[in-house]
Amino acid sequence: MSRIVISTGNELAAKAAVDAGARFFGGYPITPSSEVMHEASDLLPAVGGVAIQMEDEIGGISAALGASMTGTKSFTATSGPGISLKAEQIGLGFIAEIPLVIINVMRGGPSTGLPTRVSQADIGQAKYPSHGDYASITLCAGSLTECYTQTVRAFNLAEKYMTPVFMLLDETIGHMHGKAELPDLEEVEASIVNRATFDGAPEDYRPYDVPMNQPAVLNPMFEGYRYHITGLHHGPTGFPTEDAEQCEFNIERLTGKINTVAAQNDGLDDLPDYEEVLMDDAEVCIIAYGSIALGAFEAVQKLRAEGIKAGLFRPIMMWPSPEAAIRKIGERFGDKIMVTELNMGQYSTEIERIVRRNDFTRLLKANGRPIAPAEMVAKVKEMM
Amino acid sequence: MAFNYDKYLRVDKMPTLWCWGCGDGVILKATIRAIEKMGWDMDKVCVVSGIGCSGRFSSYINCNTIHTTHGRTVAYATGVKLAKPQAHVIIVAGDGDGLAIGGNHTIHGCRRNIDLNFILINNFIYGLTNSQTSPTTPRGMWTVSQKNGNIDPTFDACALAIGAGASFVARETMLDPKKLEKILVKGFSHKGFSFFDIMSNCHINLGRKNKMASAMQNLEWIDSITMPLRKWEALSDEEKKNVFPTGVLKEVQEPEYCESYDQIKAAAQGKRAKLTQDDFEKKI
Repeated sequence: MSRIVISTGNELAAKAAVDAGARFFGGYPITPSSEVMHEASDLLPAVGGVAIQMEDEIGGISAALGASMTGTKSFTATSGPGISLKAEQIGLGFIAEIPLVIINVMRGGPSTGLPTRVSQADIGQAKYPSHGDYASITLCAGSLTECYTQTVRAFNLAEKYMTPVFMLLDETIGHMHGKAELPDLEEVEASIVNRATFDGAPEDYRPYDVPMNQPAVLNPMFEGYRYHITGLHHGPTGFPTEDAEQCEFNIERLTGKINTVAAQNDGLDDLPDYEEVLMDDAEVCIIAYGSIALGAFEAVQKLRAEGIKAGLFRPIMMWPSPEAAIRKIGERFGDKIMVTELNMGQYSTEIERIVRRNDFTRLLKANGRPIAPAEMVAKVKEMM
Repeated sequence: MAFNYDKYLRVDKMPTLWCWGCGDGVILKATIRAIEKMGWDMDKVCVVSGIGCSGRFSSYINCNTIHTTHGRTVAYATGVKLAKPQAHVIIVAGDGDGLAIGGNHTIHGCRRNIDLNFILINNFIYGLTNSQTSPTTPRGMWTVSQKNGNIDPTFDACALAIGAGASFVARETMLDPKKLEKILVKGFSHKGFSFFDIMSNCHINLGRKNKMASAMQNLEWIDSITMPLRKWEALSDEEKKNVFPTGVLKEVQEPEYCESYDQIKAAAQGKRAKLTQDDFEKKI
């Protein structure tokens, strides 16, 4: 069973947040993500939640983190310049292990850049938004439906791994208006993950006393389990420390709880980290994500109509990247790979790292315009 | 019988990292006594601090505590309070924290009149990081970042809070802990944004280079620049220039933000009509 709705990517992301259990939004207006906040300001109070437009981007994420610290699922939405401003607080989210979903509807940069035009140039920023060492979880929606389903997933991952999670949309998909097929609410509700809690005696509670590669256990506030949250390095009880062994353990655990766990378990959850289209008999592989993958799918069909057996590989979980699958593509297709993205090759570099070759083709654009299927078709033909 | 602070302190975190003679401890104790007077259950109290010496306040008080980033206390606290309106939320920030890097959040916290209690520990300097100029550093004083003397005009924190719309604004010094406790109780009891400008000493990093190397000398100077409001009002404009009034400087009843938000929830849930200008006595 499913629900058919007519909506936009930004509105679907907000709807998904509420359906996933979010009850707090803190944000600041920025093109092209503002509609997420607009929608949240209507949907959240209707279910007893709160949406607040703060005085600036930093205030938006700070309020959302504060709310999440109390045990309330929270989110914020912004675009690249907003992420730049929020960066320090995202870092606090990483080290203090505060679940938060950060929706970034990507526009052209750097700086004010191209506010109303499409881009995918925040892929690198999503991996390392803040100073210091940590591992980021980043999802990227490739359709209107995924603006909904992947946002639900982002909340579940944030709660499971106790960390900020990036939900990337781009201007095209955020503002795209059309039909989307959503899973039934019952199905969504059945999938919801809530952060783990400690049920023992308050005096035995040590929120950060967890084994390597495990997330912290942060109880809801005001329920008798008093503890300390800090952006400083901290020991098992949450209080600041500069102990060398402890600090090393902290960083290894923060990165390991995501990167090592994903590598060992073939992903962070049971959902697909990528999509493969017409890959069974493919002789050339296009790698694309976000709105560009929609054009890439069209290009694959056009190429096939002309007798070129093309396939599409579309990563959904951008960070940690689906390494094993990408490695296989490298082994299978050799130089017959074309990575196409709306930046100067930020994710191509990740592909290059994984497949250990740089003789594949890149079709890149960073001028605020999308890449037309015809351009992709022409580029693939050059390769063959 | 002597007041038992142990119940309210994380005793295992003692001694504090604050310097010998620092006013932060006096303010911590006054805050604890005010909490006791309020009868607040520490399970329902949240202390949010920022960065600097005052940032460590949250480590020492035994409740739900958040040590945030530099300047963002009010914004984090706003999220806590809106998510859990029944909680008692106290913000502790320094003059650099609350007036410089966090000035914008302070202004808008005051404007929203959300029921937060903001204790600004104003020691006129960046103490923890060794004497850089803060927005309240008096002109002409030596700081490590203005070695030839500070030329920046000083901030009147209370004037800022009043102008920005806080509904309770008070100034006190750590010279009179009893008075301080009383004013904290008054502000904690107030529904709305309560702003306290608490003047304190930093004889180590402000005093030593400015002819007040002991705590006593630093405190004497604070005494010389403060005066109870009623006395202050009798001063000439010329005399007022170099003296800060103490006591409750503003106390009005204004709509509190969480309560106003309840109306938004009611409207969104169809329990009342959407809000219009007619819902507000003060519209502009």
